[in-house]
Amino acid sequence: MKDRRKFLALSAGLLGSTACNTNKAKSESGAHMRPYGLRSPHEKTARVLRELTASPGTGSSRTPLQDLLGTITPSELHYERHHAGVPDIDPAQHELLIHGLVEQPLSFTVAVLRRFPSTSRTCFLECSGNVIGDLRGNPPPTVQDSHGLLSCTEWTGVLLKLVLAEARVKPEAKWLIAEGADACRMARSIPLAEVLDEALLVYGQNGEALRPEQGYPLRLILPGYEGNMNVKWLHRLQAADAPAMSVKETANYTELLPSGKAEIFTFLIEARSVITWPSGGQQIPAGFNEITGLAWTGTGKIRRVEVSTDNGQTWADATLQEPILDKGIVRFRFPWQWDGKETVIQSRCTDETGFVQPSRDEFIALRGVNAGYHYNGIKPWLVKADGHVLAV
Amino acid sequence: MCWRFSFLFLITLSGQDKRFGFGQPVPAEETRKRDITVFPNGRGLPPGRGTAKAGASIYASKCAECHNDRGEGRENQYPALVGGIGSLASPKPKKSVGSYWPYATTLWDHIHRAMPFDHPRSLNADEVYAVTAFVLHLNGIVGETEELNEKSLPRVKMPNRDGFIPETRPFQKKRLGR
Repeated sequence: MKDRRKFLALSAGLLGSTACNTNKAKSESGAHMRPYGLRSPHEKTARVLRELTASPGTGSSRTPLQDLLGTITPSELHYERHHAGVPDIDPAQHELLIHGLVEQPLSFTVAVLRRFPSTSRTCFLECSGNVIGDLRGNPPPTVQDSHGLLSCTEWTGVLLKLVLAEARVKPEAKWLIAEGADACRMARSIPLAEVLDEALLVYGQNGEALRPEQGYPLRLILPGYEGNMNVKWLHRLQAADAPAMSVKETANYTELLPSGKAEIFTFLIEARSVITWPSGGQQIPAGFNEITGLAWTGTGKIRRVEVSTDNGQTWADATLQEPILDKGIVRFRFPWQWDGKETVIQSRCTDETGFVQPSRDEFIALRGVNAGYHYNGIKPWLVKADGHVLAV
Repeated sequence: MCWRFSFLFLITLSGQDKRFGFGQPVPAEETRKRDITVFPNGRGLPPGRGTAKAGASIYASKCAECHNDRGEGRENQYPALVGGIGSLASPKPKKSVGSYWPYATTLWDHIHRAMPFDHPRSLNADEVYAVTAFVLHLNGIVGETEELNEKSLPRVKMPNRDGFIPETRPFQKKRLGR
């Protein structure tokens, strides 16, 4: 029976191909399948790249937030920030060394790390330098340019604490120095006790192996912490009693205040939101428009998002898409009948600790304009009478 | 089966006992080879020595292409290494190695692990001490013939050594229980 079916299928295939060759009419049977899927050629949305040096791959790429649907960022559109390019790593040659203040220094291949009990976690990742143009009073034209160093992914890996337990971290270890295998061996010091509950050693992203640009074959994920600490291409974890004071935690990723003093180890991403539709560079018709956007916080869950369509005079609650994930991205939606008159639209969020996203003026009063990182002010968009939307 | 697993799990997490038996032991000489971290107290610095005088020619051939002849930098992407000392509280602060970086050990560590940009880890320890000395000399922090080595480098006091404070943002403090 089985053989007969195979035979019939084969014959049909042969007949089919003969028919195709002789029949001039265009086939309506559709395209061939492909082993690894691609989007429709009609879909063009893409990251915006900004390479900072003559060396390849050093700089950033920004996620097209204005085009995203839902809350998950496709791996292909995940934002990037590299400090010395993307290394080409053979996973069979890659090892994670855990050493320093541990009873037993150990190395782990990726294959061995995959043998540990695994866990998946959907959370946002954001560069703490995101939205810095707005802080400086120079907002770029689109939400991709201003807020695009933000993405949200399902990460799969093993809880860091399970792996650390194998090496038996000594009680005097207070910090973990995480180092990547990129050309600059980028390293950050991480406060051990504060990350231990949630930190993940990650090898999977959105259901498949990490992309090289996201740290293949292994990266650190610290939910809620600034992107730079989520070290990619992770190859070394050193337990220590003090931070290393590496270049990326002193010269960079510190926040200079008006007093001339700089805050160091400002790890957490605080609550923020932004309207992604309609947003800068778009044009809307008068009448019904659904305002939609994103809200997220490293402190836990977003509790509320309010939208104002009258330049901040009145605010009303937006609908939040369930489920609202701890340190995930929340999609909010707000129905709007636009009367065709020029106005300013904006959103502000509240997290579960009760913290309310500040206005730019409130932020500057506290932090000045030179902090350089962790700006989370309310984002206004000017809707002109002709429907064009501008960053202001 | 289930209770047994949970029981073992609890023991593991409280006592940090080896639970799965995964991971390959690494001998101390191997971890030393792979450990490139340099701490502010000098831990991790290898023996070696260099002066700004010796570093000038290395800098000219390996660093100046990006950072310019005297550490002025080139445009935004190649950061300035000098200048801005005393400017941090002004409306136009200028961050550089001299004006902003709190520890000289960070400079050594960064040059050693990440520079020159296209050929990182190609300088030997003496060359790194020498280039470090040269950059610090450009900033007026060490003399031209002052020797930097594993003992003297951690003792260099950077102008902004006391310029860093713990974060004060209210929400983070609340969460972290500080």
